[in-house]
Amino acid sequence: MTIATASPQALSELDRPNSYIGKTVPRPNLDRLMQGRGLYVSDIELPRMAHVVFLRSPHAHAKIVSIDAAAAKRMPGIIAVVTGKELAAVITPWVGVLTHLKGLKSAPQHAIAIDRVCWQGEAVAAIVATSRDVAEDAAEAVRVEYQELEAVTDMRTALDSATPVIHPALGDNLAFERNLDAGAVNAAFADADEVAEAEFIFGRHTGVTLEPRAVVADWNAAEARLTIYQGTQAPHMVQNIAALHLGLRESQVRVVCKDVGGSFGIKVHIYADEMAVYALSKLLRRPIKFVADRVESFNTDIHARDHRCKGKIGVKRDGTITAFEIDDLTGIGPYSMYPRTSAIEANQVVNLVGGPYTTKNYRARARVVFQNKNVMCQYRAVGHPIACSVTEGLVDLAAAKIGMDPVKIRRRNLIADDAYPCASPSGLRFELLSHHAAMNRLMAMMDYESLRAEQAALRKKNIHRGIGIASFIEVTNPSAAFYGVGGARISSQDGVAVRLDAQGAVICQTSITEQGQGSESLTAQIVGSVLGVSMERVRVILGDTDNTPYGGGTWASRGAGIGGEAALQAAKILRRNILDVAAAILQTSPGELDLAGNAVVNAGDGAPRIELNELARVVYFRPDTLPPGIQPELMATRHFVPREYPFAFTNGVQASWLEVDPDTGIVRLLKHWVVEDCGTLINPQLVDEQIRGGVVQGLGAALFEKCVYDERGQLTNANMADYLVPMSGEMPDIDVGHVVSPTSETELGAKGAGEAGTAGAAAAVANAVNDALRPFGAVITEIPLTPQVILTALGRI
Amino acid sequence: MTARISITVEVNGERVDAQVLPRLNLADFLREHLQLTGTHVGCEHGVCGACTVRVDGDIVRSCLMLAVQTHNASVQTIEGLSDSGEIADLQTAFRDRNALQCGFCTPGMLMAAQDLLKQQPEPDREQIRQHLSGNYCRCTGYQAIVDAIETTARVRMGGRP
Repeated sequence: MTIATASPQALSELDRPNSYIGKTVPRPNLDRLMQGRGLYVSDIELPRMAHVVFLRSPHAHAKIVSIDAAAAKRMPGIIAVVTGKELAAVITPWVGVLTHLKGLKSAPQHAIAIDRVCWQGEAVAAIVATSRDVAEDAAEAVRVEYQELEAVTDMRTALDSATPVIHPALGDNLAFERNLDAGAVNAAFADADEVAEAEFIFGRHTGVTLEPRAVVADWNAAEARLTIYQGTQAPHMVQNIAALHLGLRESQVRVVCKDVGGSFGIKVHIYADEMAVYALSKLLRRPIKFVADRVESFNTDIHARDHRCKGKIGVKRDGTITAFEIDDLTGIGPYSMYPRTSAIEANQVVNLVGGPYTTKNYRARARVVFQNKNVMCQYRAVGHPIACSVTEGLVDLAAAKIGMDPVKIRRRNLIADDAYPCASPSGLRFELLSHHAAMNRLMAMMDYESLRAEQAALRKKNIHRGIGIASFIEVTNPSAAFYGVGGARISSQDGVAVRLDAQGAVICQTSITEQGQGSESLTAQIVGSVLGVSMERVRVILGDTDNTPYGGGTWASRGAGIGGEAALQAAKILRRNILDVAAAILQTSPGELDLAGNAVVNAGDGAPRIELNELARVVYFRPDTLPPGIQPELMATRHFVPREYPFAFTNGVQASWLEVDPDTGIVRLLKHWVVEDCGTLINPQLVDEQIRGGVVQGLGAALFEKCVYDERGQLTNANMADYLVPMSGEMPDIDVGHVVSPTSETELGAKGAGEAGTAGAAAAVANAVNDALRPFGAVITEIPLTPQVILTALGRI
Repeated sequence: MTARISITVEVNGERVDAQVLPRLNLADFLREHLQLTGTHVGCEHGVCGACTVRVDGDIVRSCLMLAVQTHNASVQTIEGLSDSGEIADLQTAFRDRNALQCGFCTPGMLMAAQDLLKQQPEPDREQIRQHLSGNYCRCTGYQAIVDAIETTARVRMGGRP
């Protein structure tokens, strides 16, 4: 762990004078997006394309008695009205379970509901028409008779014997339970001088990608091949699942992913309506387009975080934390999502609570229950915000009990920076983290002592400001341990192919995907650095199962660490091959040569020897002039997957400075700081912007975002006017700092950075609000921290 | 549904004659009839700002305006503003500052930013944040966007980037 870079020997190809690694350079191809010339799925039009609109259940739980589509079918422009039963002829149902989540159960789910609907928004019929507005008109003419059933909506009573079982064949509403007992928890609590307990409540919220989910599926009956245009994070996963359920070979399915209008985990899943679109294209033998409208997005895009977690912490008078204990409950909707399942978030909570700290005493229970609400699944920073809010909330409660400063108690308990490698009580293995260095850096950035003085001075003037601190760990670079071992065909390895074109430029195909993080940029930066080629001469192709190597895609903060390493290794092979050819042409040895400035140069003095353009001309058009026996290979492919560590953990710490108005309950965010350690920084600006964007999503959860369901399972705020998200006016400036501890598992040394911001933001804000409200004796452990929640805690309403 | 209505509208400097249904909104008209897909539809109820275009010089939510209301009007979209070079400096600042990630909000964001800079050549950060408060960005957290607009304003006033 250093503030500078890692050993120059290990990074020889990257740590060169003209290297792009560690440099802020603009992402390629932004002009396309800024000029309105991108290609999002909603922009795609194909010959003979028809549009589908889904008629969706208005009830949370109901039997479908009958569907009468006769009138709708007679309307002009209507191509078909298809029910679940009819669609089942071309697509099979699925069950969202994985074997490594022991005991996880779920019921078969269909692309379109058959006989019964289990949440408000589940599709009951597909209306296919020549245009979307015509299909929407016809949807109103489809008559569905429902027999309403009792809806299971409160997770706290989902397991009671008096509560109906949503899927009787499963026996109860318990989807998954995990228990963990590490160390000697009872003794540790007995040994504590103080014990603090609280129940932490997390609002159910969602990703709200600005571009709604959209699919164009094009079954070409003559080729017997399905092309799926979809803004997915994982094209090969979609290929596998579509083929599996349509009875096709994977070679019969191509997935193309162009520009994606926001994803954040929302678009890493496969939704029932998307499956229906694939199936409709096959059934109707023509391209079918589906673009969700905003109401559909709120009702069907996965929700996340609906947890109630009881937590307990033991602490000694000197600040030593003796134990953590949690009991987490979460409601996931009526089905475990497919194919990643809906047990991962609760599982992560169990894994991550207490993660930054030294105590080995930890007991956890997590229960995942079914409900008649929209499905829940993995959204940016899966489980982390919950684990972090519970852990950091408990640490602050413990600090308050013993009258210790929140920073001091953390410094006393954070794992020492020289203690690595080590493992957490839940079995997580940490290669190298930097909690203390990060905390030191944060203290300097925010000038903690001055801020405390300012807070005290303002309190005398009745201005209530608070400081909140939250240390965190983040799962990145997942190996097969995440999904593969459980039987999911979701690749954890990624591949990159690099080739020199006939004018000495570079074409690079990668299996990671781009949703705006900068996958294209980091790939071009790495490849350009290794090959001595300027970035504008590197073209990166991604998001097409026909035209990229096989791989996982971009999710779980894996693109830079895994896809980046594959790019590095592929480029190194190509570099060697280029130098071999160059040595033959120049009648020298490869060791005497180097690549720089789009040319082969002398390794010693950097003098140009032959332009890559000229080398490519010789190889491709005058191979007859090469010495006998030389067969140049100006294309190289490498794949990479982490093998030593299941996950490359990162760490960091966040701080929030805010003001609470005790009369209105309104929180004003004044400043936010993050120090994080994602190892090698490939492009510092892109890392910082991932952190900032992630923080703001976490701030949304902290203050605004909540899917409000009534007791009948009706989502009451399914529009952007009523579901509040962070807007520019309410957001603070966010300062980002770094500590750099590269992973030794790769030559690149990069770990992920996409979720760190979201992981700790809400915890920092909640701790800051409680810090601000300390004079009032109020402690709030619920988010979002709306004015109503705050005024209620203050006893003012 | 009633009969189609004839409209004549100038779009990015070109005259367009079209027959449209009265219920067709301007966003759908631009995207589906004129294939100007740079105007994005995010919420279809006037909240997110992704569909922001300029009509007779003022920015409007094209999902809240009917195509027929633009009869005899002049409409400018992100494609037009890009081709004319009017916002080239703003676009450069956005690129250099990485003020966009997925890019879906960006056309509307650029429209709103240019509108602000025309009204208020030297906005402070708070004014920039307030002016953008009707444009939803889910990726950036807004800070980079505010930075890019601040830089553009400074350069336009003769300062350094």
